[in-house]
Amino acid sequence: MSNGFVKLALVETRLFLRDKLALIGVFGFPVGLVIGFSQIPGFGKPQASLGGEPGTEYVAALGVAICLAAIALQGLPAVIAQYRERGILRRLGVTPVRPLTLLTAKLSVWVAVAVVSTAIVVVVSRLAFHVPLPTEPGWFMVSLAFAIASLIALGMLVTAVSPTVRGAGGLGMVLWFANMFLAGVWVPASQMSPGLRKIGNLTPLGSALHALRDSWQGIDPRLEYLGIMAAWAMIAGGLAARFFRWDKV
Amino acid sequence: MAVIEVEGLTKRYKGQAVVDRISFRVGQGEIFGLLGPNGAGKTAAVECIEGLRQRDGGQVRVLGLDPETQGHKLRQRIGVQLQESQLQDKLKVREALDLYASFYPRPADWRDLLNRWGLAGKSGAAFGNLSGGQKQRLFIALALVGNPEVVFLDELTSGLDLGARRATWDLIRQVRDSGVTVVLVSHFMDEVEELCDRVAILKQGRIAALDSPAGLVDMVGARSLDNAYITLTGRTL
Repeated sequence: MSNGFVKLALVETRLFLRDKLALIGVFGFPVGLVIGFSQIPGFGKPQASLGGEPGTEYVAALGVAICLAAIALQGLPAVIAQYRERGILRRLGVTPVRPLTLLTAKLSVWVAVAVVSTAIVVVVSRLAFHVPLPTEPGWFMVSLAFAIASLIALGMLVTAVSPTVRGAGGLGMVLWFANMFLAGVWVPASQMSPGLRKIGNLTPLGSALHALRDSWQGIDPRLEYLGIMAAWAMIAGGLAARFFRWDKV
Repeated sequence: MAVIEVEGLTKRYKGQAVVDRISFRVGQGEIFGLLGPNGAGKTAAVECIEGLRQRDGGQVRVLGLDPETQGHKLRQRIGVQLQESQLQDKLKVREALDLYASFYPRPADWRDLLNRWGLAGKSGAAFGNLSGGQKQRLFIALALVGNPEVVFLDELTSGLDLGARRATWDLIRQVRDSGVTVVLVSHFMDEVEELCDRVAILKQGRIAALDSPAGLVDMVGARSLDNAYITLTGRTL
């Protein structure tokens, strides 16, 4: 089991590094966002429209969140559904290694990618744009872990209930946009109606963004946000495990 | 002692029996063929025997093990080439072999397999860039990489040209000569006639006949295995 896992994780890492488009998307996009926005004159100063937060800080947290959501809701369902559709999971089913081992190896790689991508944003924002490092590193890491768990659980649920690669891609895209909108990525949450803001806080990405931003600025994240993410992780994860199919229909 | 024992195996999809109470035994070192028209239940039967699907009735033992309850133990000792499966497009040939070899307790030397199956020049090529025949040969090599005692080959030579088919037959005979039991799922008459010691002809989930290729021809008084097969399974689309 462990032997198969290590080898599979190494192979999956190599395969990920060979995918140039994914590399640019996952590592380049969030940093690009921060760099792009910080070119706006005065963006580094507190912005009234963002509830008094400096623009660069606001965008840095946003970059992290967009990237996590893209990994979990678009990258992951597409790849896992493809592994199923192409019979890769099935082929492993006739070896001593269980297809579950491949799945956990694959998920570990994605989690590592999410963590590295976040670290890049944090470091670049600090070095280039004087965005302070997360003032509550412990809470920041806890928030990140919860965010990754809840979003990946949702992504796995998408894969579990979609019979095809196209279906998984479509459903993942819809959830990605919905999460992005409700979490305040398109329109800042401070400019939303109270009702919409409340709904946004209940989404995994919404609570992730709050928790990450709070701990970044030195505020302990409210347990409410961690609770919402934990609930998503458990419910979506449980349903995904219940309905996941190893084989195409 | 029989290496494979199948007794009353039944598999149903949506209430319909696609494999209907079939029984047969395969001895050690035998090349056993499952022949039949599309939809006769060949693949379903063999997938129940490999433990990839759960059977709905009957008994199956492979190397004395029940593929459902002792699947993990069994999978260390069998090799399988599935019909219609793929690998990751960017996975290289040598990486695939090295990876699959790592799953087994006593794997074969995959470099040797690479040479034997004519893939040495493609060792660094990505799966997605291989031709159909090269992919097929890689899957056969992957079925053998764990040093199996029983190997299941589903549609062995589909996608191979004439020369490659003949070479593959020779190699499969060598595999058998080393003591490995081979189960071949096919719908190519020439392949079955050339390779198999015994053949079960499946029709609508049941065994219509089971004998050596020559025995089948004699049984129905036909001139060739083609004709015997048509007599047994019917001339249908």
